[in-house]
Amino acid sequence: MNDDAPGRAATAPDGGPDDAQPAWRRDFPIDSLEDDYRSRRDFTKLLTLTSLAFVAGQTWIALLAARRRARGAPPRLAIARLDELSPGGAKVFAYPAAGDACVLVRMRTGELVAYGQKCTHLSCPVIPRPDEGRFRCPCHEGSFDLRTGRVISGPPRRSLPRVTLDVVDGTIYATGLAEGIV
Amino acid sequence: MSRSPFIRGQRMTILLGILSIQVILVVLQLWLLTATMDSFLAGRDSVVVPAALASLGCFALNIGLLRYLRALDR
Repeated sequence: MNDDAPGRAATAPDGGPDDAQPAWRRDFPIDSLEDDYRSRRDFTKLLTLTSLAFVAGQTWIALLAARRRARGAPPRLAIARLDELSPGGAKVFAYPAAGDACVLVRMRTGELVAYGQKCTHLSCPVIPRPDEGRFRCPCHEGSFDLRTGRVISGPPRRSLPRVTLDVVDGTIYATGLAEGIV
Repeated sequence: MSRSPFIRGQRMTILLGILSIQVILVVLQLWLLTATMDSFLAGRDSVVVPAALASLGCFALNIGLLRYLRALDR
């Protein structure tokens, strides 16, 4: 028997016969099966809209990536004199754009390293701790290795973006970004 | 009067099947979005376009399923 047939009695939520239902339900017969069907069908529309929102998000990321490619390679920029930094010293500089904070560190061994200063967790500025061989993020106790920029501990999941350096005639130049964005 | 070849119980089963597939597709898209954002922030752009196309494919599937469902109800 086709249960879509016109004139068919509404199905009560408990599936019982119509005459076993309370009076108010006989006065306002709601077909619970049909109600379930319609609400679930409407949910598929919501899921499709959510799916569209994810496509919009992916498109947004693709546009950001295209814009980054269009900007080209970062410039070569003089950021400090070598004699400004004693072993264990650090200097904050902006690279590649004016608002992009980076930090240059001269390790105890004399080796120079530079990274974006924003923590890859929630963008708090990281603080170099050359004696401990790490950068520390004070917001959520994240730690990054001073030599490689990799995460040692805490909530961050990505390494700090590394700035490549070149030293010519006692001047330190930032020449590009090896990994990540500042 | 409904012209669907399926009775209501059958349509409900089909609907639940479609709903399950859509949920899986949307969760896949969520994973794609987070993984793509993570790669983008790490400076790796190579996955951005393929992930966007995959997400678009999931959306196309969702639209197809929704259209099938509408056709089922006519």
